[in-house]
Amino acid sequence: MTNYFNEMMENGAVRAPYAHLQGWVDQMPAELRNLKQAEAEALFRRIGITFAVYGEGGDPDRLIPFDMFPRVFSGQEWSRLERGIKQRARALNAFLADVYDRGEIVRAGRLPAKLVYLNEAYEKAVAGIRPPKGVYSHIVGIDLVRTGPDDFFVLEDNCRTPSGVSYMLENREIMMRMFPELFAQNSIQPVEAYPEILRRTLASVAPEKCDSEPNVVILTPGHFNSAYYEHSFLADMMGVELVEGQDLFVEGEFVWMRTTEGPRKVDVIYRRIDDAFLDPLCFRPDSMLGVPGLMDVYRSGGVSICSAPGAGVADDKAVYTFVPEMVRFYLGEEPILQNVPTWQCARGDECKYVLENLGELVVKEVHGSGGYGMLVGPKSTKEQIEAFRAKIEADPDNYIAQPTLALSTVPSFVEEGVAPRHVDLRPYCLVGERIELVPGGLTRVALREGSLVVNSSQGGGVKDTWVLAE
Amino acid sequence: MKLTVEHVTTYVYDQPVRGVVQSHRLLPTQCQNQSVERWNVTVSDGMMGGSFRDGAGDQVQAWTVTGPVERIEVRVTGVVTTTDCAGVLRGNRELIPPVAWLGETGPTMPDSGLKALAAGASGETALPLAHDLSARVSEAIAYTPGATDAHTTAAEALEQGQGVCQDHAHALIACARLRALPARYVSGYLFTDSDGTGHEAAHAWAEIWIEGLGWVGFDPANACCPDERYIRLGCGADAAAAAPIRGIARGPGSERMEIAVAIASAQQ
Repeated sequence: MTNYFNEMMENGAVRAPYAHLQGWVDQMPAELRNLKQAEAEALFRRIGITFAVYGEGGDPDRLIPFDMFPRVFSGQEWSRLERGIKQRARALNAFLADVYDRGEIVRAGRLPAKLVYLNEAYEKAVAGIRPPKGVYSHIVGIDLVRTGPDDFFVLEDNCRTPSGVSYMLENREIMMRMFPELFAQNSIQPVEAYPEILRRTLASVAPEKCDSEPNVVILTPGHFNSAYYEHSFLADMMGVELVEGQDLFVEGEFVWMRTTEGPRKVDVIYRRIDDAFLDPLCFRPDSMLGVPGLMDVYRSGGVSICSAPGAGVADDKAVYTFVPEMVRFYLGEEPILQNVPTWQCARGDECKYVLENLGELVVKEVHGSGGYGMLVGPKSTKEQIEAFRAKIEADPDNYIAQPTLALSTVPSFVEEGVAPRHVDLRPYCLVGERIELVPGGLTRVALREGSLVVNSSQGGGVKDTWVLAE
Repeated sequence: MKLTVEHVTTYVYDQPVRGVVQSHRLLPTQCQNQSVERWNVTVSDGMMGGSFRDGAGDQVQAWTVTGPVERIEVRVTGVVTTTDCAGVLRGNRELIPPVAWLGETGPTMPDSGLKALAAGASGETALPLAHDLSARVSEAIAYTPGATDAHTTAAEALEQGQGVCQDHAHALIACARLRALPARYVSGYLFTDSDGTGHEAAHAWAEIWIEGLGWVGFDPANACCPDERYIRLGCGADAAAAAPIRGIARGPGSERMEIAVAIASAQQ
């Protein structure tokens, strides 16, 4: 039986960050809790925030379960996390600036050339183009899991357009509305500034040719997109226009937005569409979502695109293994946050270890996603393990393996009352002229007993995430 | 060799369009193989957009035309002095490493025919191998204008055994990549004597990376390597990526395009 780290209880005692929550729970009768839960759900429905978190798909009209029991970090715990997250965001951006320039990390033999330059996300079209302030990934979502008081591991990096931040803001809003007394008792650092910091970050990377207050817009694929709610929410909160490709056009050296008062120049585009759809002239010619000519304007310094086209090469699963190396290479520092140990089946000795320990490991396809083509050793039958062994032996290059992580738990409201449930965390680091991180993030919780899968498509929910003032 | 270029592309729309956006690779590559004496690109009613040099060394220039417009003329005129460098591209400043040109794209996707063609080539080192690959592509695809169109893939052209320079280049690129040689598509102009043997003046060929030498041009359509008769404009992973003019018109209706290219030797 694995011993999971419970973030609230340690050796029978309540850990300091949760001190005020024990009384709160003890004094909440079941009827009140049910009433509050119903109220929370009604609020979410009224806001219109529904299912799709992280673009997982699923029924777009289903509510993602909200668990009222907050997750709490002490100021001290957070400050170490914050340093680690910012360090990683700096290294990832340094890597992107390098691979679209001279590729020193490859020349130095620290990372295989093919991994970068034959990566699907590597864009030849932006090689040699330096974006404003040298920033490629302006919103870095880093998925973290915890296994002990001081043990955090990075599961993956999201350098393109990480979603879910609207949940971070809405979860807080709803908690404050329903339990104002909690916010009086605990000194919880605010996250409300996120939209304003995001706007400031985007404005700080306005292109060279912009000589006035930058006009920032959010480019969405449209209302049929699963994250459309978040796009419109962020546009509202930032006080910027939400546009679709058809609202923009290129004329001369700039991108323009159609408005009732005539065309208005656009300086910074926070795009929530994929590279392939940005500009039919440069990428997929059949794309109806993008803006013809946009890439030429971008490459000649007339507009900024956030995240920069080609940023995805930094968050590839195989490149992930090298992020600690990037921290050392570019920053000359030791990584504060650790990667999950990963065995590459492409390497003979590591493959041997993997094949000998299949029962304890999680094996993934290098380029797979969404949990397909995956083996979770401890949850698989002998037959499944043997079938997977044959697949690895046939094509070892295609597989990596990781230990099954003992994800930490946080008390959560369940049918029977309060019980520990496993969680992860996605903080959103903003990179522009400065690197900033609001104290908080999105905590996902596996609401099924014993489940380690926090995905909303498999019974996952969300929680408010508190960082206490030091 | 001093070459004069006159290249006119006319777009006619059957009903007026609201606007046109174009991206041009219409400037000769800055390299030791050629030097520009005079060069001018105009777009009728056009507004110049941004320009930049991309990671492969190509100079890209954007243009827009504000509608309504029914007809656009892109006119390129210039004089270039070329030097025979035995097919080797010299002095082009580029950032993209050769390994990045090993990746396949749609038109160069290998099938069993291309795999067999590539596997049959021999050469102890990269250079003779590349020459053999080019010779085999020349042999396998007969120059037949009209047999293929802009969307024909290398596999399809090989299958029917007919094609034009675009198909030859795509097939050679596919084969070179199959033999682990980085390869790319080059667009440019070709001066041909008036004896009628020459191919189109708006031409395309392939470049293959040869360790120690650099990028070497191969023109399977003419069974030779580029010499002083060639003017290089730009490159890309395939024809679409290397196109001298890429453009999109906003508005309904269809487009008709006419191209007239004249390359002459100025010394005669």
